[in-house]
Amino acid sequence: MLLGNPTSAQAILLPVRAGTILASLAVALLLNFLPWKNVLLVPDFVALVLAFWCVHQPRLVGLGAGWLLGLLIDVGNGVLLGQHALAYSLLAFVAITLSRRILWFALWSQALHVAALLLFTQGVSALVRLAAGAEFPGWGIVVGPLIGAMLWPLVSLVLLLPQRMPADVDETRAL
Amino acid sequence: MEHSPPPFFNRGPAPLVRLAFFASLSLALLVLDARFRYTEGLRSVLALAVYPLQSLATLPAALAERVSGYFVSQAQLREENVELRAKLLGASQAAQRFEAAQAETGQLRRLIGAADRLPLRSTPAEILYNGRDPYSRKVIIDKGSQNGVGAGSPVVDENGVVGQVTRVHALSSEVTLLTDKGQAISVQVVRNGLRAIAFGAGSSGMLELRFMATNAEIQNGDKLVTSGIDGTYPPGLPVATVARIERDAAYAFARIDCRPAAGVESGGYVLVLGSGSGRTAYPEEAGTEGEKRLGKIRRKDPDAAR
Repeated sequence: MLLGNPTSAQAILLPVRAGTILASLAVALLLNFLPWKNVLLVPDFVALVLAFWCVHQPRLVGLGAGWLLGLLIDVGNGVLLGQHALAYSLLAFVAITLSRRILWFALWSQALHVAALLLFTQGVSALVRLAAGAEFPGWGIVVGPLIGAMLWPLVSLVLLLPQRMPADVDETRAL
Repeated sequence: MEHSPPPFFNRGPAPLVRLAFFASLSLALLVLDARFRYTEGLRSVLALAVYPLQSLATLPAALAERVSGYFVSQAQLREENVELRAKLLGASQAAQRFEAAQAETGQLRRLIGAADRLPLRSTPAEILYNGRDPYSRKVIIDKGSQNGVGAGSPVVDENGVVGQVTRVHALSSEVTLLTDKGQAISVQVVRNGLRAIAFGAGSSGMLELRFMATNAEIQNGDKLVTSGIDGTYPPGLPVATVARIERDAAYAFARIDCRPAAGVESGGYVLVLGSGSGRTAYPEEAGTEGEKRLGKIRRKDPDAAR
């Protein structure tokens, strides 16, 4: 495995704006609430974006944000209150703990880490539901997290875009 | 205070502490919700916050439907028109007969002094989307408590019973489908009036009749309608058709699978019926009555002894 900074990480990024984080999380919530035909094939966009911000901005986005988002998802989906809140808190914790490690890898290797993270989140949800007496819906529930992990490079590129843009292009600069 | 770090290094409590806090908070909520159902207030407040996003999320599909609606061919429309006209004719005939029968029933009921059955109040609603919970079978409809939808109301479509409203928000409500594993409905076989209870079979999209004796008089193709004795569903609504019967002498009960009559897993529009219309109170059970009397007598006894 190729260790070292991928080219993308070498560019100096601008500080992130709170608006970017809020907008991305809102869009993720919207994507989650879209009327999908087959729920099992749809990745959990909120978990993906939350993991992204926990990895890239562990001091701004953390367990509190995850917990609140989880509550919103619980209510929006009409499931047991606290199911996603617990799963997302754990996701945020693991993502923050691993954030220094994950960023050393190239995007596709990062995606492997994220696959494990999302599978873990799904596993927590499943455990909670099975403990509450639901039937196991089949191994199809691992498909969503895997697709989500495959979207990680794309999500990374898109969400880092606002930080890559030059703040002020100085035409008259000497160098 | 001398040894505390300067405020610009202060990062709040350690992640593990935060995790313990939020995890215990979530677990407390889970227990409160799953065991005691104490969280409905919090849920309805959060639902109001989520509603704009949810309604925004249904826009793309609605827009796509509207756009594709423009490109429906004329032939298709004509075909549909003819079909609908034939259906209307049949329905109006049935309605006429129903009216006559209802008037007759009303007279008879008045004769025997029974309470008139109240006409059912119904609210048309649109299915916004399927519930995104793979562990249960629910749909979300666009009518809530502001439109007079109450928890427990039966939900039907043009072919039969779809399910039951299980949670009501201000502007939307959740309908648990008949095929959900935790959903039960009391039914009656049209052919011979045999009563049974149909349970959802979960992911197969079928219903099953449990606790029917191996020799129960039921056969493939039997139509099941609501019996109305549960007080929730009005009697006579189509529920399902018996699709498969397995009678095995080794077991006390037969295994009976039924196919739901309504488009439980598909379809866009439903009717929410008013719930619990004109239900009489349950009579007091003879056993408890007797015990109460016994208790009274026992209580009286010491007095008599004094």
